[in-house]
Amino acid sequence: MEPVHIVQGTAVPLDRSDVDTDQIIPSDWLKRVERTGFDKGLFSEWRDDPNFVMNQEQYAGANILVAGPNFGTGSSREHAVWAIQQYGFAAVISPIFGPIFRNNCTKNGLVAVQVDHAVAEQIMAAVQHDPATELVIDVARKSLEVPSLDIDVVFELSDSVQHRFLNGLDDIGLTLQQGNAIDSFESTRPAFKPTTA
Amino acid sequence: MSNKPRTLSQKVWDDHVVTRQEGQPDLLYVDLHLVHEVTSPQAFDGLRQNGRSVRRPDLTIATEDHNVPTEDIDKPIADEVSAKQVDTLRNNTAEFGITNYPMGHVNQGIVHVIGPEQGLTQPGMTIVCGDSHTSTHGAFGALAFGIGTSEVEHVLATQTLLQPTQETMSITVDGELPKGSTAKDVVLAILAACDTGGGIGAIAEFRGPVIEALSMEGRMTVCNMSIEFGAKAGLIAPDDTTFEYLAGRPNAPTGADWDAAVAHWRTLKTDEGAVFDRQVVINGADITPHVTWGTNPGQVIKLADTVPSPDDFTDETAREAAARALDYMGLTAGTAMKDVAVDTVFIGSCTNSRIEDLRAAAAVAEGRTVANGMRTLVVPGSGLVKKQAEAEGLDKIFIEAGFDWREPGCSMCLAMNPDRLTEGERSASTSNRNFEGRQGRGGRTHLVSPAVAAATAIAGTFATPEDL
Ligand code: SF4
Repeated sequence: MEPVHIVQGTAVPLDRSDVDTDQIIPSDWLKRVERTGFDKGLFSEWRDDPNFVMNQEQYAGANILVAGPNFGTGSSREHAVWAIQQYGFAAVISPIFGPIFRNNCTKNGLVAVQVDHAVAEQIMAAVQHDPATELVIDVARKSLEVPSLDIDVVFELSDSVQHRFLNGLDDIGLTLQQGNAIDSFESTRPAFKPTTA
Repeated sequence: MSNKPRTLSQKVWDDHVVTRQEGQPDLLYVDLHLVHEVTSPQAFDGLRQNGRSVRRPDLTIATEDHNVPTEDIDKPIADEVSAKQVDTLRNNTAEFGITNYPMGHVNQGIVHVIGPEQGLTQPGMTIVCGDSHTSTHGAFGALAFGIGTSEVEHVLATQTLLQPTQETMSITVDGELPKGSTAKDVVLAILAACDTGGGIGAIAEFRGPVIEALSMEGRMTVCNMSIEFGAKAGLIAPDDTTFEYLAGRPNAPTGADWDAAVAHWRTLKTDEGAVFDRQVVINGADITPHVTWGTNPGQVIKLADTVPSPDDFTDETAREAAARALDYMGLTAGTAMKDVAVDTVFIGSCTNSRIEDLRAAAAVAEGRTVANGMRTLVVPGSGLVKKQAEAEGLDKIFIEAGFDWREPGCSMCLAMNPDRLTEGERSASTSNRNFEGRQGRGGRTHLVSPAVAAATAIAGTFATPEDL
């Protein structure tokens, strides 16, 4: 994972609730065995509509996605996170995220910014009104700033995830350093537990 | 651990903590890792890139389910991309020494059907899979949840997972179910009460007389849909029903191990005095057959009701979501659900493809004929379910009634194989998700129980067996 410090830029307003991961990346795209090439699959069923917000010229080049509540519910597919990132988004803002999606974000360095409903709605309206609205997400401060709206709020990010984001650390490497603890836990595993061998 | 009363999920969690550090997520040991072709290829690639091995292939099991066709399975998979994904799983499991049940093997099936069936799913275990419906295994009093591909790689490499602690939630279903209602109706009623977000950040324990009276199959149906209201996992305290189901299964303990296991399993229940962070109570007597009308599983009503209007919702977000859903679903507010005509009936998926589900559907189908023009698919959850159903003659009942009897797999639950809805086609489906396009682009999915699905196939419009 690449380190992430600051995400600064403009946003695309995806003004609907309950956008599940089946919408973010439809199942046909899950057949691929690669980790790249998912950008074209992002919202692919909606992108055929020329009026879909991501097709609107004024939002070209935006690197933040502002979504409605319950974003990323449903299937555990990490492809949803890959698609959003590979399309060019570095952060997603929503009042509430599907938990597996939110956790998958933390493994890939996609910043999931969960803010109050009222703040999210204010940002959504501002971005719809003025696509040039500038947003700044600072991982070190755990903050989201929208200078033109005088918004400067803190969002929740656990210290351990923050540490990994700032340093671009790989979870697996860190856990493997705990090999002794895992060995000793394993040695206490009851004999009646099954194996697949 | 202190002597503070604990809930069932806290006990199972505490039993698996490898390391706990202030301000860090717990490192939890994983007892069983289930793998399938869709969410694993990038994880195996990651291992190879970093020169890592699979720590415990003997606690890992794989099967092919999402992409497999349900017809002509003796031929190679026609869709090249699907075929490549299945081949990749075969190569990866061979390379890393993991047992895989391939298409056509009698033990092959939907990943959440085969774990319990093989006796690999047992009380008090931690079970993970790169699939959100892993919560199914909670029916045995296991802590089971879905993970993403990065976490699949983490478990393969370390047999552990980093997990922040969760809140606890109790969902009590009191009283007794009315005749004709099933476990699927129970969980749909729970969704009506909790909506799609009520469980976020929590592990749910289902309790109360209605839950206790359910068979293991029924309990799996309920736990399966825990993720649909956002819960991390859902589980049920193990009891004699659980032990009877497990006894004699291939991987269940035997002899002295069995006695030790049962003695431990009997301690796996919420202590008197333990307090849940959230509580929901539902009256079982109110749970008549349910059906979804919208595009998320929380948009659900009683089958006897009429399609709601956006104006029925006070919350603006819910109102907009309802209007969008009605438009997508091609439904008009005020229409009786029982007047809505259905094109396709799908009986299958990890929610409702076990032997009891097929028996319930066959009991309705027996001696009747499916409605004119109705497309029907009955897809058993595994090779063993199929075999059992055929031994009981259920396949014949279905075929005589005009249902299509298929090979096991996920099938039309998510349309990664050739079984899919076409634009505008309406289904009554025993699966767990009615998202836009879930069963094929433009398809309109209504979630129901196996009994309602079978009755609907015969009536042509949404119906319960009593309506026939
Ligand atoms: S049956 Fe459906 S929900 Fe279950 S594992 Fe397969 S695709 Fe997922």
